[in-house]
Amino acid sequence: MQPFKILRSRSVSMPSENIDTDQIIPARFLKVTDKKGLGEKAFYDWRYDKDGRPRTDFVLNTPRALGAGILVAGDNFGCGSSREHAPWALVDFGFRAVVSTSIADIFRNNALKNGLLPIVVDPQFHTRLLKGAGEELEINLWARTIKTEDCESREFEVEPFARYCLMNGMDQLDFLLGQDAQIQAYEQEYVV
Amino acid sequence: MPATTLFEKVWEAHQVTPETEDTPAVLYIDLHLIHEVTSPQAFDELRKRGLKVRRPDKTVATMDHSTPTLPPDERGNWPFIDQLAAKQVKKLEDNCAEFGITLHALGGPHQGIVHVIGPELGLTQPGSTIVCGDSHTSTHGAFGALAHGIGTSEVGHVLATQCLLQRKPKTFAINVEGALQPGVGAKDLVLAVINKIGVGGGTGHVLEFRGEAIRALSMEARMTVCNMAIEAGARAGMIAPDETTFAYLKDREHAPKGEAWDKAVARWKTLRTDEGAVFDREVTIDASQVEPRITYGTNPEMSVGVSETVPQPNTRSDERALAYMGLEAGERMQGKKVDVVFIGSCTNSRIEDLREAAGVMHGRKVAENVRALIVPGSRSIKEQAEAEGLGDIFREAGAQWREPGCSMCIAMNGDQLQPGELAVSTSNRNFEGRQGTGGRTLLAGPATAAAAAVTGMITDARSLQGVEYATV
Repeated sequence: MQPFKILRSRSVSMPSENIDTDQIIPARFLKVTDKKGLGEKAFYDWRYDKDGRPRTDFVLNTPRALGAGILVAGDNFGCGSSREHAPWALVDFGFRAVVSTSIADIFRNNALKNGLLPIVVDPQFHTRLLKGAGEELEINLWARTIKTEDCESREFEVEPFARYCLMNGMDQLDFLLGQDAQIQAYEQEYVV
Repeated sequence: MPATTLFEKVWEAHQVTPETEDTPAVLYIDLHLIHEVTSPQAFDELRKRGLKVRRPDKTVATMDHSTPTLPPDERGNWPFIDQLAAKQVKKLEDNCAEFGITLHALGGPHQGIVHVIGPELGLTQPGSTIVCGDSHTSTHGAFGALAHGIGTSEVGHVLATQCLLQRKPKTFAINVEGALQPGVGAKDLVLAVINKIGVGGGTGHVLEFRGEAIRALSMEARMTVCNMAIEAGARAGMIAPDETTFAYLKDREHAPKGEAWDKAVARWKTLRTDEGAVFDREVTIDASQVEPRITYGTNPEMSVGVSETVPQPNTRSDERALAYMGLEAGERMQGKKVDVVFIGSCTNSRIEDLREAAGVMHGRKVAENVRALIVPGSRSIKEQAEAEGLGDIFREAGAQWREPGCSMCIAMNGDQLQPGELAVSTSNRNFEGRQGTGGRTLLAGPATAAAAAVTGMITDARSLQGVEYATV
């Protein structure tokens, strides 16, 4: 995994609240047995009409979405299922960060394991970010700050271990594998 | 000893390493359930790293999402929707064989929806930690287990180490006082809870459902309630085990036997929130005020009593939801014509749900404008329903009585709505397109769904059940 330190990228906004994982990646695309190419299917039913033609009024089909790495979305983003295909699809599409006023637990956990940084900001700053869709934002994971083009900035929280792994491009499984002695001791004492 | 909650007791007993400021807790997992959709990439990761499954004896697999619910042909070939689905199922078979994992395969005696077969086989036990790459793993909390849905990376973590990295969640008591009225069930109750706390209201919390109305529920009903904890965004839902729990588990295949059973029950009896223990949040709901509920929008929070009208939208998202659903604010729900009825899913496909539906459908016919699908949660439920004559009731009514699986809840296997179709469904999610692109879902309990099937419209099932009730 590529280390995540500082990201400067344009944003796109999807102000709808409660964007669920079925919208991010519809279930019929979960029959894959690998992770490849899911970006093409991201937000499929919002992106394409019934004949598979791009809907020109959907933000990801507009020129400003090209190369945008930050998604600013409405409250409770990523609610619904545990499918890791959701962050896989967003990362494959080109996103490196999702910003909202709240982010669903399982989605957040999954995102952090795939180099996709979930950021929760206050409602006022969120409104500011939605208005500034298309501007370049700077996300600094060292400093835990997110900054707009006109230098309005906020600190955000990120779980310290996930942050450490993201900044070092480290897989969380390596840490768990390093706990083998403790796991063995636990099993000997408590597990049948 | 300080007073602690049920959740804290289970959490503390499973800490291999407690959390620190820098690192999450390492939590030991007693049971890992896997299925075909969220596991293949995790097994690939194991192969890539040359790792084994640490505890195949604590790992159980089944296939449910991509599987057909129509029977196999005379040569034993199942009618998969496409090659991808068939390949995904085959991949699970191969992975289980390679890594030594028990698999309840298609056509086998214990195949079924992963959250239905775990409890049915007695694998789901009080005080245990359970994970599965599926958000509705919260179902198992009905037994006083701590049960989380996890992503595929975490499926890999648990396969390799039998452990999960977790930050300690907060606790949230859902006190349900009083008694449910006749004709009002667990699904109605949990829809009322989600309506009260919101679709994101449980985020970061483990819910404990407690109070008189919860104690009075059967295990099937408790599973329906905990199943939908995730629909309020909760990390898990739990109910303290009691005599109802023990009676359900006794003599099940994987339940302890003999002396071990007595010891287990003695231990399980300690799994309750102590007097004076403090929750981070609490709400109280009066069960007697809950009426049969139905959703009108595109998330499970958006529900009303079946006798009520569609509420006024408050936000742009609400407006979008009503536009998608083709419903107008102020419109009455009752009397609205429906195209499809789906009775099934990990929320409502157990024997009690089928009995409830059959009670309404007995001696009646599915309306001409309706396609009704009834999909049992497991092979053994299908057999029990046949033995009880429920299968005959469904067939005689003109419903399609299918093979077990997730079916139209997630619409991966070809069981799906056509664009624009309106369905009453006993499943758990009414998201846009959840049951098929352009399909519109109204979530409700089994009786309401069965009533819609036989009347062709949204109906208060109590009018068909001979239950006396006051209209709002």
